[in-house]
Amino acid sequence: MGDYSIFSVLREALRGHTGWGPAWRDAAPKPDYDVVIIGGGGHGLATAYYLAKEFGSLRIAVVEKGWIGGGNVGRNTTIVRSNYLLPGNIPFYELSMKLWEGLEQDINYNAMVSQRGILNLYHSDAQRDAYARRGNAMRLHGIDSELLDQSAVRSMLPFLNYDNARFPIQGGLIQRRGGTVRHDAVAWGYARAADRRGVDIIQNCEVSGFRIENNRVVGVETSRGFIGATKIGMAVAGNSSRVATMAGLKLPIESFVLQAFVSESIKPFIDGVVTFGAGHFYISQSDKGGLVFGGDLDGYNSYAQRGNLPVVEDVCEGGMALMPRIGRVRLLRSWGGIMDMSMDGSPIIDRTPIEGLYLNAGWCYGGFKATPASGMCFAHLIARNETHAVAKAYRLDRFATGHAIDEKGMGPHPNLH
Amino acid sequence: MRIKCPCCGERGVDEFAYYGDASVTRPDASAPTAMADFIAYAYERTNSAGLHRELWYHAAGCHLWLVVTRNMISHEIASVEIARDVALARSAAGNASEGKAS
Repeated sequence: MGDYSIFSVLREALRGHTGWGPAWRDAAPKPDYDVVIIGGGGHGLATAYYLAKEFGSLRIAVVEKGWIGGGNVGRNTTIVRSNYLLPGNIPFYELSMKLWEGLEQDINYNAMVSQRGILNLYHSDAQRDAYARRGNAMRLHGIDSELLDQSAVRSMLPFLNYDNARFPIQGGLIQRRGGTVRHDAVAWGYARAADRRGVDIIQNCEVSGFRIENNRVVGVETSRGFIGATKIGMAVAGNSSRVATMAGLKLPIESFVLQAFVSESIKPFIDGVVTFGAGHFYISQSDKGGLVFGGDLDGYNSYAQRGNLPVVEDVCEGGMALMPRIGRVRLLRSWGGIMDMSMDGSPIIDRTPIEGLYLNAGWCYGGFKATPASGMCFAHLIARNETHAVAKAYRLDRFATGHAIDEKGMGPHPNLH
Repeated sequence: MRIKCPCCGERGVDEFAYYGDASVTRPDASAPTAMADFIAYAYERTNSAGLHRELWYHAAGCHLWLVVTRNMISHEIASVEIARDVALARSAAGNASEGKAS
């Protein structure tokens, strides 16, 4: 299968689309590999791709218990941004943003990267000051951000409820380089690109245990037999604690369900991503026309990929307070994903106490935007056994040493991050 | 999801506030392993996909703290106990074992 291009599209149009092959091989497990990545989601596939691309001729496999892209990479609200406050986070998410900007050329796949801007609204003087601080922190790191007053927001989005008695909109912080990316295409694009570099993507292959000798991994037990590996990377999001338990590790992570929603398709309505600052509500419009929106976690530990009605109500109330005209749009679908909520709301990309076993977890509900940088940094860590420069803060032992990265200032309460 | 409060009966989950894992207990600050114990207490969680013991507060009801045992996959609630009773039983058990040791 050659490169995708305008020429391949035209050629296949003339041949009745008979020449398209599968985008990746359905690989069967080999007896052993240099690196086995557990988890065929966005982060696992990106890790495999960057390992193969940047770090020489390794024999790499990705093992996935279901099908690739069936987990959180297909369950998020597709937003990408790098509008963080803390120095441990900003360079990492900005690397991710830069990788998004060049992704489609890099992997030869249309991921529909759309830098349509993300606007965080503020509703009080104190919130304006906090956003100004965050915007300044971003600019000090060379990232675009702009503080808008109410009239500037009004000219962009005239239909918001500016004069809400409780939550008047005073303005917003905009990152124009932020936006959305077609989430499934990210999984498929990385899978195809990794496969083209020789990575084996093994689906329907659930890990049931680790084989560890002298505190060093030698392979994984799976539903398709034992697979030997010199190094193993875990990138299993909401199931991080379950997989880590198989290796005898106890993580600073709890799993929670986060719901997301899509409305019926309507004509072009919102051209960027908008977040409501007085509650928790964020919305964008997909290219198919559906309004994609979400809000808070369900708030209690869960491994169920579905949530409860009080949060549905809470999210919709946020939406109605912000833009009352969406009240007549019908809800088409809602779903849930399992978030690996860490104790400080920030991720972990680090070695574990077991040699050759690496951990990529704790993405809370910000995993999608991090996909390229997470893959790059995790690949760097696995290949060189040393941390990537922009992921130095994401240590597993930071809780014990007092170096937590608590962007929201909530303390060790994962349901509040 | 509905929780059967021992005081108020079965009520919607939106009446309750969630606190978190009820299986962790505050360690003894005078123990020689206190530092490691407190790190584990504050940060490390079993987070299994089976039954989970957790603290809920009936904020819009009787204000009781409850220990709810709930299935993480089905959300089915196996039992609801009053947190005070659980704490009293635990300290009684602790006193009994200390008594045996001395």
